[in-house]
Amino acid sequence: MTQHSAEGTRTKVKNLKTLNNTVLSWLKISIFLLALIPLTKLAINACTDNLGANPIEKITHVTGYWTLSFLLITLTVTPLRRLTGWSWLVRCRRMLGLFAFFYACLHFSTYLVLDQFFDWASIVKDIVKRPYITVGFPAFVLLIPLAITSNNRLIKLIGGKRWLTLHRLIYPIAIGGVIHFWWLVKKDITEPLTFALLLAVLLAIRLIYWGRTKWA
Amino acid sequence: MTVYKLPPIYSSEITPRDLFHDRRRFMQLAAGASLTALLPQNGFAGEALTGVTKSTDRLIDELTPLKDITSYNNFYEFGTGKEDPAKNAGSLKTRPWTITVEGEVNKPKVFDIEELLKLAPLEERIYRLRCVEAWSMVIPWVGYSLAALLKQVEPTSKAKFVEFISLHDPEQMAGQKSPVLNWPYKEGLRIDEAMHPLTLLTVGLYGEVLPNQNGAPIRIVVPWKYGFKSAKSIVKIRLVEKMPVSSWMEAGPNEYGFYSNVNPEVDHARWSQAKERRIGEFLKRPTLPFNGYGEQVASLYAGMDLTKDF
Repeated sequence: MTQHSAEGTRTKVKNLKTLNNTVLSWLKISIFLLALIPLTKLAINACTDNLGANPIEKITHVTGYWTLSFLLITLTVTPLRRLTGWSWLVRCRRMLGLFAFFYACLHFSTYLVLDQFFDWASIVKDIVKRPYITVGFPAFVLLIPLAITSNNRLIKLIGGKRWLTLHRLIYPIAIGGVIHFWWLVKKDITEPLTFALLLAVLLAIRLIYWGRTKWA
Repeated sequence: MTVYKLPPIYSSEITPRDLFHDRRRFMQLAAGASLTALLPQNGFAGEALTGVTKSTDRLIDELTPLKDITSYNNFYEFGTGKEDPAKNAGSLKTRPWTITVEGEVNKPKVFDIEELLKLAPLEERIYRLRCVEAWSMVIPWVGYSLAALLKQVEPTSKAKFVEFISLHDPEQMAGQKSPVLNWPYKEGLRIDEAMHPLTLLTVGLYGEVLPNQNGAPIRIVVPWKYGFKSAKSIVKIRLVEKMPVSSWMEAGPNEYGFYSNVNPEVDHARWSQAKERRIGEFLKRPTLPFNGYGEQVASLYAGMDLTKDF
């Protein structure tokens, strides 16, 4: 009896470990649509004049918030896969990473067009003089090569190992993104602190796994 | 011509004096009560203030809509989000309310809010408001010069600075449950700044009683300084000899100075103050020295290095 139920659980876990392609496709479509919700909400609020008294500030904050959120979600994939053994999670990772880039692009264009309106002199000054932009701007720029190499053909061209090394850039990018948020907040650091703690946990898990494989 | 003889009144019919006055008082009270229901009382947010002299300022700037002024606020007593004060300030009770004026004065006094509303004629003043976060508004405030109040208590020669203390009551001000700033909110001015006619003791905006999220029932507005210098929901004014330390100075000594005059030349430690976004406008506009009030106030700072005394 006990043996039987244990076997049953094992099959179920096995099922979750290996998702068939149809289910995975549906899952990906769902993630895609879910990931568009913040943008849709922003667009609806913009059309109905519901972005408050300072719409540009609101758009900047919302797109920045979701850039960081998607960066952290992307970084959750590997630890979660290791903990659960659900290998299919990796197949959703690329899309999540590209959504981080997508929201980062919206965030940067909001700054470039709506906030500064192509005032290049002022933008260069910001990058040099404002620490939160000094750290945020390169974090955005470094995302670009990662986004460009997020397709099978380029992975093959570069080679898996080098591709992996290149994509480790996500660590400094995420750290830079969180610092960027932390430094721009006037006083209430609750939100950047939450991002920082989550990121710290995600990086700590990696360190633990790394240590284990090294000294095993 | 017929002469009417007044009918005689027997002494038994004459209402005793006290009773007569009592009845009169009763009638007055009743009339008062029903009138209160009909007439504006200068009491609650949204009610019209009576007897306000309209502004004659020819400020070319367009007024910021009331909706924006009342929905986009920095008032950490009700939360740190811009929309928080409009959502949470309903819990503030603005009656009864008193302001204690004390310290280096000959006549310290506790003023009741009703008395303050009548202390001097109410005027409309259209002022630019420049936030330290590089956005700005144009607001038609209602009030009178703070000097009118300060003169009543007769500051002594030792009164070099004025300290403003806002209400501290976490039950009414939920944001104070978080230690984001050192409560109560404290601000200060030099005595000549406080006595300057532009410094407004404010009880309303757009001709109406001050909404809670804008600092009801009574606040200061100092138009040539960054917004945080204008303390809201004030309960105490102290005239002191030494420069007071404000809550923002305690929070970030290298970011928020005592003077905090609007100055496009002196950047905040983390962002530029050269330009500002006027709420409702798309392109940023250049920030003016002293927020455009240099003609009136620049002389107060003659000989001072405003990059050091920021």
